[in-house]
Amino acid sequence: MTHYSAFSLFKEALRGNKGWSRAWQDAEPKPAYDVVIIGGGGHGLATAYYLAKEHGITNVAVIEKGYIGGGNTGRNTTIVRSNYMIDGNTNFYEHSMKLWEDLSRDLNFNVMFSQRGQINLAHSPAQMDSHARRGNIMRMNGIEAHLMSREEVMKRVPILDYSENARFPIHGGLLQERAGTARHDAVAWGYARGASARGIDIIQGCEVTGYLWDHGRIVGVETTRGPIRAKKVAMAVAGHTSHMAKMAGLRLPIETHVLQAFVTEAIKPVIDCVVSFGAVHFYISQSDKGGLVLGGDLDGHNSYGQRGDMPIVEENMAAAKALVPLVSRLQLVRHWAGVMDMSMDGSPFICKAPIEGLYINGGWCYGGFKATPASGWCYAHTIAKDEPHALNARFRLDRFHRGQQIDEKGMGPTPWAH
Amino acid sequence: MLRIACPHCGDRDYVEFLYGGDAENAMPELSDTDIDRWTEFVFFRNDPKGEHAEYWQHQHGCRQWLRVVRHTVTHQVISVQPASEVDTPAQGKRVEVA
Ligand SMILES: Cc1cc2nc3c(=O)[nH]c(=O)nc-3n(C[C@H](O)[C@H](O)[C@H](O)COP(=O)(O)OP(=O)(O)OC[C@H]3O[C@@H](n4cnc5c(N)ncnc54)[C@H](O)[C@@H]3O)c2cc1C
Repeated sequence: MTHYSAFSLFKEALRGNKGWSRAWQDAEPKPAYDVVIIGGGGHGLATAYYLAKEHGITNVAVIEKGYIGGGNTGRNTTIVRSNYMIDGNTNFYEHSMKLWEDLSRDLNFNVMFSQRGQINLAHSPAQMDSHARRGNIMRMNGIEAHLMSREEVMKRVPILDYSENARFPIHGGLLQERAGTARHDAVAWGYARGASARGIDIIQGCEVTGYLWDHGRIVGVETTRGPIRAKKVAMAVAGHTSHMAKMAGLRLPIETHVLQAFVTEAIKPVIDCVVSFGAVHFYISQSDKGGLVLGGDLDGHNSYGQRGDMPIVEENMAAAKALVPLVSRLQLVRHWAGVMDMSMDGSPFICKAPIEGLYINGGWCYGGFKATPASGWCYAHTIAKDEPHALNARFRLDRFHRGQQIDEKGMGPTPWAH
Repeated sequence: MLRIACPHCGDRDYVEFLYGGDAENAMPELSDTDIDRWTEFVFFRNDPKGEHAEYWQHQHGCRQWLRVVRHTVTHQVISVQPASEVDTPAQGKRVEVA
């Protein structure tokens, strides 16, 4: 594996870029491993990387049914933030933010993490109060936050509708300056490269179809390329968490839903941060290529189909037009969808399953990209030590039985309405 | 566009309907004090990749609740019945739909 540096770039530029080696190895499955990770998305690959880096466990395979990063990792709108306020979430997402801040250097791979800031808009005095509350809780936890006045928002994001006609007048917003975006594919590739360099097998085009059992214990997986034995089996399949759990006989507090996203044609830079509408579920940012990246609500009924329906397209465009009138002049060039593992309180699971040999990472809803580094880091700890780290101790499956839900939005168990 | 054939109003776009979620999640008797059964009912779901029985209310039509069986990958609607004719929650019994 070549070490990437200014010098190696310069050297290869002179040699016509012919000397680069493959970033990571496409492996063939071996009959047995210490740990098998199901799912080659960001979370699965990060788990593999931290198992090797933090715990010296390298006899590991990541098994991906398609190609790495082809799931939600490659479909999301890449917002990274840590403006959470409920115990359990706050420190976990802030840990993730800290890992993001050093990720390109740690992986020696440019994940294009851009701390361009994220603003949650407020459209009423009451919403300003609730943003002030959130900001204060964040600051008490050592996470910076800034409550912006209407004038500050106008200065920072001039393209929003501040006119008399605005359907939802902008009163101000809550800014997290360290929040931002990252290059989704690079996150998958960077972790894959780091894991592969440490001897971990990344196996693509291999679907897990069931588990191998021994006296009620899971001892491996059945795959489309034959059985693979493993001392520990760890799922990180995001939108297929319920499905993989069902194969092990488990029923989870998760519903699977579809979420769409959109990109417009590229234009000159008009918005240099991420803005979330406070009236309708909708957010907007601009990619480095110039396209406006838009997203909003779920389609609203259970789905494992990675495609969305037209009413949500219309709803998103209406929201976009209400907030940023200039989008009405733009063409939409791409639109796609991913399947979300919507947990019943909106928070994830990183824990041992109630079956020996099985570990669960899921319930990420539509916010798991930002969690990728911390999720992999905590999951690796949980798998290696057979107990959670303090940072993921609350992300347990039995929190519903114990009345310890982590419901950041206070929405209750109707995930399609989140 | 997902379309649902309402038995009262005919074939309609799904935007006329309100989604009511899993129709196989049976509510415990109100007198049941078992916390685990209630937790299962409130928070846990079968969430199948395949055929899913679910409630939809024809909010912008007859306002009746329907029990729809729909495939969660193809989104094909397999059956639609008035919920009142299928469910008898008071007795805690359910009629299976083919
Ligand atoms: C439109 C959209 C917008 C989003 N926006 C944001 C955002 O702005 N910010 C944010 O933080 N999050 C966002 N998310 C959520 C985020 O993308 C996910 O929570 C996160 O990517 C999940 O991480 P993952 O690595 O586990 O998932 P994935 O990348 O989906 O990885 C799971 C992998 O498991 C594989 N798999 C499944 N079943 C099997 C099997 N049986 N055998 C082998 N492999 C299997 C899949 O092929 C897949 O590659 C968004 C999601 C979507 C769809």
